[in-house]
Amino acid sequence: MNAPVVIRRDDSLTTTDLTVEGVHCASCIAKIEGGLHALPGIATARMNLSTHRLHVAHAPAIDAATLVRTVEGLGFRAHPFAAAESTGEDSERRRLLLALGVAGFAAMNIMLLSVSVWSGADEATRGLFHWLSALIAIPAVAFAGRPFFTNAWSALRRGRTNMDVPISIGVVLTTLMSLYETATGGEHAYFDGAVMLLFFLLAGRFLDSVMRARARDSVAALLHQVPADALVLAADGSSSRRPIADLRPDERVLVAAGERIPVDGIVETGTSLVDRSLVTGESAPDPVEADGEVLAGTINVAAPLVIRVTRTGDDTAIADIARLMETAHQVKSRYVRIADRASRLYAPAVHTLAALSFLGWLIAGAGVHQAATIGVAVLIITCPCALGLAVPIAHVVASGAFMRAGMLVKDGSAIERLSRVDTVLLDKTGTTTLGRFVPVSGMPDDVATLSILFTLARGSTHPMSRAIAMAAQQAGAVALPAAYLSEQAGLGLEGEIAGVHCRLGRPDWIAGDGALDYDRTAIAYRVGEQPPHLVVLRDETRPDAAEAIARLHRSRLTVEMLSGDTPAAVAELAATLGVAAQARMSPGDKYDYVRKLQAAGHHVLMVGDGLNDGPALKSAEVAMAPGNASDVGTLAADIVFLGDRLMPVPLALAAARRTMTVVRQNFALAIGYNAIAVPLAILGQVTPLIAAAAMSGSSLLVVANALRLRGAVR
Amino acid sequence: MNGILLLIPFALGLGLAGLAAFFWAVRDGQFEDLDGASMRILIEDDRDD
Repeated sequence: MNAPVVIRRDDSLTTTDLTVEGVHCASCIAKIEGGLHALPGIATARMNLSTHRLHVAHAPAIDAATLVRTVEGLGFRAHPFAAAESTGEDSERRRLLLALGVAGFAAMNIMLLSVSVWSGADEATRGLFHWLSALIAIPAVAFAGRPFFTNAWSALRRGRTNMDVPISIGVVLTTLMSLYETATGGEHAYFDGAVMLLFFLLAGRFLDSVMRARARDSVAALLHQVPADALVLAADGSSSRRPIADLRPDERVLVAAGERIPVDGIVETGTSLVDRSLVTGESAPDPVEADGEVLAGTINVAAPLVIRVTRTGDDTAIADIARLMETAHQVKSRYVRIADRASRLYAPAVHTLAALSFLGWLIAGAGVHQAATIGVAVLIITCPCALGLAVPIAHVVASGAFMRAGMLVKDGSAIERLSRVDTVLLDKTGTTTLGRFVPVSGMPDDVATLSILFTLARGSTHPMSRAIAMAAQQAGAVALPAAYLSEQAGLGLEGEIAGVHCRLGRPDWIAGDGALDYDRTAIAYRVGEQPPHLVVLRDETRPDAAEAIARLHRSRLTVEMLSGDTPAAVAELAATLGVAAQARMSPGDKYDYVRKLQAAGHHVLMVGDGLNDGPALKSAEVAMAPGNASDVGTLAADIVFLGDRLMPVPLALAAARRTMTVVRQNFALAIGYNAIAVPLAILGQVTPLIAAAAMSGSSLLVVANALRLRGAVR
Repeated sequence: MNGILLLIPFALGLGLAGLAAFFWAVRDGQFEDLDGASMRILIEDDRDD
C-alpha cells in the first residue's frame, strides 16, 4: 500500500520540502520514500514526480541537512526547497479543476432534463424541468464561470478586450435570457448550452495550465550551484564554517577535494584540478596551481586548495550568468501565442455580429424580445468552444507523442515556437558529443591488466579515470586487493596491486617527457617494469549526429555549432559533421550571437547542455537540452531529450511543424463551423437542441483531428 | 408524475455525491501528481502501513 501514512494535525511534526533530481521511475519513488521511512522520526515522505518535489513530515529533531544527506545516500541529488517559491500556478490549476468538475456535473444533469424537453415534454413538465435546470445552472455558472469573469473584468477595467469578454457576456446573457424564458413559461431555455460552453472552455484552459505547470524557473536552480557556507581560515590558523554571505574579499577559504568552490578567488596554496564544466562546458578538468583563478560553482576535483576570496555572492561570475538569464527570459515571454492572436481578432468580430443581428431584427420590425433572443443565440453559437480547444488539445496530444519518443515538452507554446525555427545552434561538448570520455584505443586485452587498471582508476573521480574504470568493468575486470593506493593531484594514481607497483595518469608523468607520442587526450599506465602504454580517449560524438545534422540540412535549416572549446577541437568535429562552427565562445558570446541572429530576423533553436549555454538557451526562441545536461541547461530548455541520440532534434522540428498544421486545420474547422452556424443563428433558426449539437459536434471534431498527432514524432 | 418526483431528486443527489467526492479528491491533493500516480501502481510495496 503506497498511500501516505496519515498523521494529521499533530503539532509535534514539522514539514520540509526538498527538490530531488533524477527521479523518473516507480522504483526511484519507492527507493526514496522507503529510504526515508526507514529513518526514525519520519512520519510521511511523499515524492511528487510531476514537480520533482519531496514533501516530508518529520519530528523537529531532524533538520533539512539530514534529509538531504539521506536522499543523497540513496543516490539522488537533493536540495532544500524554499517554501516561498511555491507559485500561484498550482492553486490556479486547482481552481480550474474544481470549476471543470462543477461545469461537467451541471452540464450532464441539465442535459438529462433537456433531452426530456426536446423529446416533447408538455407544458407543466417543461416548466418544472426548466426551473430545475435553472436551479442547477445558476450556481454552476456563478462558480465555474469565475475564471472567465475575473479575467474579462480586469481586461475591461484597463480598457482592453480579450477572449474572456465575449465568453463572459455570452454566458451571462444566455443565462439571464433563459431565466426570463423560464419565468414567462417560454419554450426555449439555453441553460444546457451555457453550462456546456463553460465545460469545454474550462477543459481547454485546464489542459493549457497542465502544460504550463511543467515549465519551472531556472534561475533559482542556478544559485543552488553555489554552496551556502565555506570553511574559513583565520590568520591565527583556526578555522570555522561561515555562511558565504559573510565572507569578505581577501579572506581565505579551504576547499576540500570533491567540493564545489563557494567564491570567485585566487589560489593561494595547493595544486589541483578544477572541473569548470558548469561555466565553460569543457569536459576535461583544468589544472590549477598557486596564483590561478577559480570561479564559484566549479568543482575542486583532486586535492585541497586554499583560496583567497576576490568576489562573493552577487559579484561572482555565476551570479552574472544568472542575471543574464533573467534578462533573456523577459525577451522570450514577449512571444504572443497563436491562440491569443486569434482571440484579438475574434472578440470584436463576435460583439459586432451579435449587436448587428439585434439591431437588424429590430429594424426589420421584430419585437425587442425576439431580437434579443436572436442576438443572444448569435453570441452563444459563436462562442469559441472549438477555438478554445483547438490549440491546447493539439499541444497535449503532440507532447504525449514527444514523450513517447523520449522528449519532454515543458511548455505548449514551445511547440508553436519550434515550428517557426530556421536556424539551429548546437553546443559541442555534451550536446553534439556525449560529454563523457570513451577510450578509443590502447585498452589492454587481458583481464589481469584490466583488473589492475580498474582497481587504480576507480580510486579517482577524474572523468578520464572514470571512463577507464567503466570501460574496464564492461570488459570483465574485477577489483583486486590493493596494498596501497594514492592519488597525486593533477598527475595520476599509483598503488601496489597484487604485489606489483603500478601507475595510471598523465603520459609525461608515467613515462617522462616526450617518451610517449600523442596528439589527443590520452592517459598512460605502467604495470611493474613493463613499458608504459597509452590509452587514447575521446569525448565521443553522439552516434547519429551526422545523420541528424544531414536531416536538418534537408529541412532547409541553417545549422551552426557554438563551443567554448579550443578552435582545433571544434574545427575537427565541425568538419566531420559538415557544419559551420565558432570556437572559444563565452556564455556572454553565445548569448550575443543568438541575439544578433534574432535581430537579423532569424528564429533560433538553441541546443545546449551546460550552464555556459544557459543565457543562450534562455534567449533563443526555443531551447532543447539533452537529459544529462546540467540543472541549468535542463531547466532553461523548453524541450529535454533523453538518450544518447541527437536525432530528437530534427524529429522535434518535424513534429512541431505537423502540430502547427493540425492547429491551423483546427482553426479552419472552428471557423468553418461558425460560417455555417452563424447564418442560422442570425436568421433565428437556432433552437437549444441545434446549439448543443453544434457546440459539442465542433468540439469533438477538433479533438478527433488533434488525436491524429499521436504519431507525429517520426 | 410520482416517479419523476422521486427519481429527479435521487438522480441529482447521486450527482451531487459524485461532485462532493471530486471536490474532496482535489482538495486532498489526488490530482497533484498525475505522473507519479501512473508510476505508483508499479511499486511493489510490502510496507505494512
